[in-house]
Amino acid sequence: MAGSENSSGGGTVQYIQHHLTNLCIGDCDPVTHQAAGFWALHLDTVIVSSLLALLIIVVSWSLGRKLQTGAPSGFQNFVEIIIEFVDKSVKDTFPGHNPLIAPLALTIFVWVWLMNFMDLIPVDLLPLLASYVGVQYLKVVPTTDLNTTLAMSLTVFGLIVFYSIKMKGLGGYIKMFLFHPFGKFFIPVNVVMTAIEELAKPLSLALRLFGNMFAGELVFLLIALLGGAATIGAGLLYILPLQVILDLAWLIFHILVISLQAFIFMVLTIVYLGMAHTTDH
Amino acid sequence: MNITVTLLAQVVAFIILIWFVNKVLWKPLSSMLEKRSATIADGLAAAEKGKKEQELAEKKATQVISEAKQQAAEILSQSQKRGTEIVEEAKMQARKEADRIVAAANAEIEQEINRAKEHLRQEVANVALAGAGKILKKEIDAKAHAALVKDLAAQI
Repeated sequence: MAGSENSSGGGTVQYIQHHLTNLCIGDCDPVTHQAAGFWALHLDTVIVSSLLALLIIVVSWSLGRKLQTGAPSGFQNFVEIIIEFVDKSVKDTFPGHNPLIAPLALTIFVWVWLMNFMDLIPVDLLPLLASYVGVQYLKVVPTTDLNTTLAMSLTVFGLIVFYSIKMKGLGGYIKMFLFHPFGKFFIPVNVVMTAIEELAKPLSLALRLFGNMFAGELVFLLIALLGGAATIGAGLLYILPLQVILDLAWLIFHILVISLQAFIFMVLTIVYLGMAHTTDH
Repeated sequence: MNITVTLLAQVVAFIILIWFVNKVLWKPLSSMLEKRSATIADGLAAAEKGKKEQELAEKKATQVISEAKQQAAEILSQSQKRGTEIVEEAKMQARKEADRIVAAANAEIEQEINRAKEHLRQEVANVALAGAGKILKKEIDAKAHAALVKDLAAQI
């Protein structure tokens, strides 16, 4: 394994480092396995998120074929609850009507939730299984990869720009940059301020989700290290139960975090797009 | 942590997923939900309508019943009136009949009395003739004096 050369103090760092390294193909550093340039593909991120996307598609496709118009039962009930929850969020925060917003919000909520959910799978399980089939690096949670969160927030940003221009017109959009916070006598300041404001939207969306998930993953890793540090010796007797309790506590708390982050991403997307649809300022 | 081509891959995946979710999940389900809410609204409206109709029918039914009751009472009173009329008529007829019978009987009695008187007169005339014959010691020819006897009888 990669972490075997320095054993004592470096072991922990190596362990964490190893867990936070993506399965990189293409333009990668051969020693650290970090991406060295733009043309490096994080294969694990793409595969896991695509599998989850496929899961959504297959499940909803098989559900859509046997929809019950009457009293729903079982899984359909559950899906209807999610759909109505998203629909209500959209109706509460989005002014006007746009048929794209609700499916977009639904996609974000479900997909982000599922990707975050990968965090709840024991941190060592999937990398261990992968190492048996020869995959040395595996970072399971796609939302701990900034590429994923930034990809979504940039798509949302693209939609914000598109709808801003569509609703306000190109002139209106430029005017928003020129005159927005301080009126017409501070045009350079206004441009800088509005640009920061606009760019902060996708950046804050992406970094919030990434930061939360990355930190959560890190805490899981640290809790996992607790047992790993005491592999030998009698300390195992009380460290192991402590680890289990801590892990369980963080797990339960994290269920809240992943749902909340998915919800926040969804709601902020709706709010930003709603702002793009209003024609004032 | 580097931004790599993964970003583009994820953008593509995201857009494809949005498209699929819209097509296979959102559209069929929201149209189904719309259909269901329409069905429920229709059902409620129908129930409301049915209730109103029932109320109307009940009102009509009570009206019909009260009308029928009124009619029945009318018919009853009419028939009672008619009954008393018939009885009255029958009584009148009976009385007339009785009067007639009595009158006929009276006439017959009168006739009988007259006949008896005639008979008696005859007898008296006969007795008188016989008495007179005895007095005259000679038989009077009844035939010869028939006119006399008749006259005598009429005088009695």
